[in-house]
Amino acid sequence: MTASGQRRSGYSRRAQYNLFTGYIVAGIGALIGAALLAVSFFQPSLFGGLRSAANDGVSPATETASTVRTGSKGVWDSIAGYYRAGSKNAALKREMEIARIRLAEAKAVKQENERLKGLLGLQDEDVAPVAVARLVGSTASSSRRFAYVGAGANDGVTVGMPVRSPRGVVGRILETGDDSSRVLLLTDTESVLPVRRAQDEVVAFAEGRGDGLLRIRLINLGLNPLEPGDVFVTSGAGGYYRPGTAVAILAEKTDDGGLARIISDPAATDFVAIQPIFEPEAASGATTPVAQELGD
Amino acid sequence: MERNDPRSRSDAYGSRINRSHSPVVATIIPWISIPLGSILPIFVIATALPIIPPFGFLMLLAWRLVRPGLLPVWVGIPLGLFDDLFNGQPFGFAVFTWSVALLAIELIEARFPWRAFWQDWLTASILIFGYLMFGWLLSGATPNLHSLVAMVPQLVLTILLFPLAARFVSLLDRVRLTRWRTM
Repeated sequence: MTASGQRRSGYSRRAQYNLFTGYIVAGIGALIGAALLAVSFFQPSLFGGLRSAANDGVSPATETASTVRTGSKGVWDSIAGYYRAGSKNAALKREMEIARIRLAEAKAVKQENERLKGLLGLQDEDVAPVAVARLVGSTASSSRRFAYVGAGANDGVTVGMPVRSPRGVVGRILETGDDSSRVLLLTDTESVLPVRRAQDEVVAFAEGRGDGLLRIRLINLGLNPLEPGDVFVTSGAGGYYRPGTAVAILAEKTDDGGLARIISDPAATDFVAIQPIFEPEAASGATTPVAQELGD
Repeated sequence: MERNDPRSRSDAYGSRINRSHSPVVATIIPWISIPLGSILPIFVIATALPIIPPFGFLMLLAWRLVRPGLLPVWVGIPLGLFDDLFNGQPFGFAVFTWSVALLAIELIEARFPWRAFWQDWLTASILIFGYLMFGWLLSGATPNLHSLVAMVPQLVLTILLFPLAARFVSLLDRVRLTRWRTM
């Protein structure tokens, strides 16, 4: 089959001009696109308002879709639950007994903790989340790892607030719209999170690798003390995240740290809580250039 | 006449008597289906890898290659602007890549006027490869080897999905030219 005769305009002057103008406009379009791309590469937040307005527009649809998605997941889980129900039941009973014992131990530890904290005069306040919302969508076809959450500036969400699920840290608010906001997920290559090993004070940075894993980079180099299976929690450094929230489990050991899997996979997450920034002063101090600080 | 051939007064799009194409439907379907493809990936939460194909770009390629001459060459500007609102890349990425892709198809068609489906598929595959690689380089993230390896499933899936997109577009094209009752 030959190509259709659309591009051969024949002797008609009008058709020839139309075709020519089309090429010119398309060429100009490519130039405009390149210019926009260059601008947004150096000023990533410049078109944020437009984008968040667009996401506010589709958020009713994404909200509904996420409800259906989690609903259907529940149905599948309950069907899968019948498979090997007997042996599972026995295993769960054993686990339950052990858990009861551990729970009792934990109660004792908690009591002692309270007593010690009382002695030191520390206050233990539980922080109320700014908003609780569904994770409604993501930029699934881009190599960036962003997600959208169904709460925005109207709910009091601001840029920089940490986002967590019941399991652990999910990410950080990057842009806010009126009713939806964009979340930078932990696995994005631009995401860096200060962490520490749960059982001791080995501090490290958890960086996204862009392929679903986190790279753990130890701050103190030397003998690498990490072991696969180590759990990392937020250290609270940087001022954004509250300390002690679960982040990742080490899967593989490397020279300067290791590779870790995230504990709170956003794909398996339904509701997330958006928390206030842990120490706003520290967070703003971290972004202030040194020169400006000296000038004040 | 009907007794000999019941379909003598109709064509592939329905009866020709008292029925005619709707100019609104015929114009609007490509302009609606591509933006819908742009929005589609947002509904999926896939976090570990960028696995979902860029449906907007796929639909654009399918419309352009299955139905040449229907969309103007400059269509990358308005539809690319819309895609940029949802694709997660730096703003302007789709305007640029879509315009360049359409110009590239014009060049390829001028060079190889004879067409077959496998050739369209090859053209689409090359453009999809370029689009995804360019997107990986210019996503604003730090390009490293791991995220490049992570791109491979998406690339393969998108290339394999092109024939399906082409069939879907030809189905939409039949809907586009359906004859409706006229007064």
